[in-house]
Amino acid sequence: MTGFIERTIAHLIAASERAALAEQAALSPGALQSVDPRVKVVGLFALIVVVAASRRLRTIAALFAVAAILSAISKIPMRRLAAWVWSPVLLFTGAIALPAIFLTPGREIAFAITEQGLRAAAFLIGRAETAATFSALLVLTTPWPWVLKALRIFRCPLILVAILGMTYRYIFVILQTALEMFEARKSRTVGILPPAERRRLASSAAGVLLSKSLHMGNDVHLAMQSRGYRGEIHLLQDFRARTADWCWLSGFALIAAASLWWGR
Amino acid sequence: MKRVFNTQMVPLLSVFAAFSFIVMMFNLPLPGGTTGHAVGVGIASIVLGPWASILGISIALIIQAVFFGDGGITAIGANCFNMAIIGSLVAYAVYRAVSGRAAITSVRRVVAAGIAGYVAINLAALAAAVEFGIQPMLYHDASGAPLYAPYPLHIAIPAMMIGHLTVAGLAEMVITAGVVAYLQKSEPSLLKATAPGPAASVSEPELTNGWRATRPLWLALAALLILTPLGVLAVGSAWGEWAPGDFSNPAVRHEIASASGNQSPPIEAPRGLRALSSFWTAPMPRYAPPFLKSPRFGYLLSAMAGTGLILLVILGAGWVTQTRTG
Repeated sequence: MTGFIERTIAHLIAASERAALAEQAALSPGALQSVDPRVKVVGLFALIVVVAASRRLRTIAALFAVAAILSAISKIPMRRLAAWVWSPVLLFTGAIALPAIFLTPGREIAFAITEQGLRAAAFLIGRAETAATFSALLVLTTPWPWVLKALRIFRCPLILVAILGMTYRYIFVILQTALEMFEARKSRTVGILPPAERRRLASSAAGVLLSKSLHMGNDVHLAMQSRGYRGEIHLLQDFRARTADWCWLSGFALIAAASLWWGR
Repeated sequence: MKRVFNTQMVPLLSVFAAFSFIVMMFNLPLPGGTTGHAVGVGIASIVLGPWASILGISIALIIQAVFFGDGGITAIGANCFNMAIIGSLVAYAVYRAVSGRAAITSVRRVVAAGIAGYVAINLAALAAAVEFGIQPMLYHDASGAPLYAPYPLHIAIPAMMIGHLTVAGLAEMVITAGVVAYLQKSEPSLLKATAPGPAASVSEPELTNGWRATRPLWLALAALLILTPLGVLAVGSAWGEWAPGDFSNPAVRHEIASASGNQSPPIEAPRGLRALSSFWTAPMPRYAPPFLKSPRFGYLLSAMAGTGLILLVILGAGWVTQTRTG
């Protein structure tokens, strides 16, 4: 069975499809799409921190409703959110939260289920779902280079912003290389590979990719130098906050402050 | 040399972080018929050395968390601390200690790489398990319901470790040993940076000179570390996403559930918790020195002391191997 080659290929294709769809969503019209990226980064990050700090289930539920409303007015299909964010988070976090219902010591309700256990599971799932939805909202309504540029507002080091931007770019280059390598191998594989051979195949693929990446790093460096790169990084700062952006910022601040107070 | 390293660092780290990101997606066939995902931290430390590996893996984790939504944004600090910092330093120390002065192409290096990957992933998992396990003691609401990670240490540690001692650890072992074996045959020069002898001196001065260029990155990482307790707060997504391969694998999920399910019923749990928590937190009772009233501040302080301790151990191990080899 060579299933792992197919599975790796499927993984790689899924990642690039997802990135393409996210970029497409970020460029289509909608409420959050029109907001200054800096306002979105600050506002959504503040809401995530408030979700993490909240000590009341009702506050977390209310913030989840805010996230759902924001995605509705930004014309992000609920189906996509459910497929990309809600179900995977529910699957992972739910699997972890399930035993807690029985194992958390406290007042027993029925079948060894404790009230405290139910609350603990609700906290875990609620927090994870809400925070993941807010971060998905940022990525689905903002092109990645803008997210990075907006990070400068947090005094993020210039060099970090540059590396994050280049990494994102080269993920797709290396992803394409990996995809071609696996497809080439798949088209030349007949019959069943023994397990040891499969492992050797996977790790040699990683080795080839590693040496290709390092050579590419050198080539990119030479290319950058030949275009005048001497170690200084410049970013174009062309964001302009309009009145609407200030309104959004106040809205985010208001929701964050109210939830923080309510969720104490 | 200095200028070359400074300017080369940006493209090299970017491309390498992109590579780590892709390798995390590889579906690795493991002995026993299952498949798993590796982090790639072992091979990163062996080829690039521990410091570049910390930066490269951190960047890959940040992109994974922010753009691809794997792992909560607020857990980035904890994730980087566990996988990038602990993972890289441990992998490097173990690789250097086990490989000794063996030749670049010796089988001993392949074995050393496998052990390094396995130990690194498991110590990173143990760190995460301890971070999860102390949360029920620190954060709970008026009724006693845990606000963040719900499992105490005596459940969190076995639940995390079973998955990592088997699937995730093996995946890292297979990829680390496999890539080193491959590089020995095809491109041994890539293994020279972390091998003793004349080749070793090539990497050292670069790293010291590179401090000025990498300083902003280290400061950013330090800021993330300080935010680690905040990351621990949002563990809901961190535990779930911390090694997606473990949880997407039905066998491991079953193991985790059974590991938690076999625990004593609720009434008896506190006794075990008391016994084990006093064992785990012995050097710093309840992770907060008595003179500190705020448990959060105490926890932060304990985390910093813990980091310092790990660094000391790693530096000590490096010093011992260096004096022995050279």
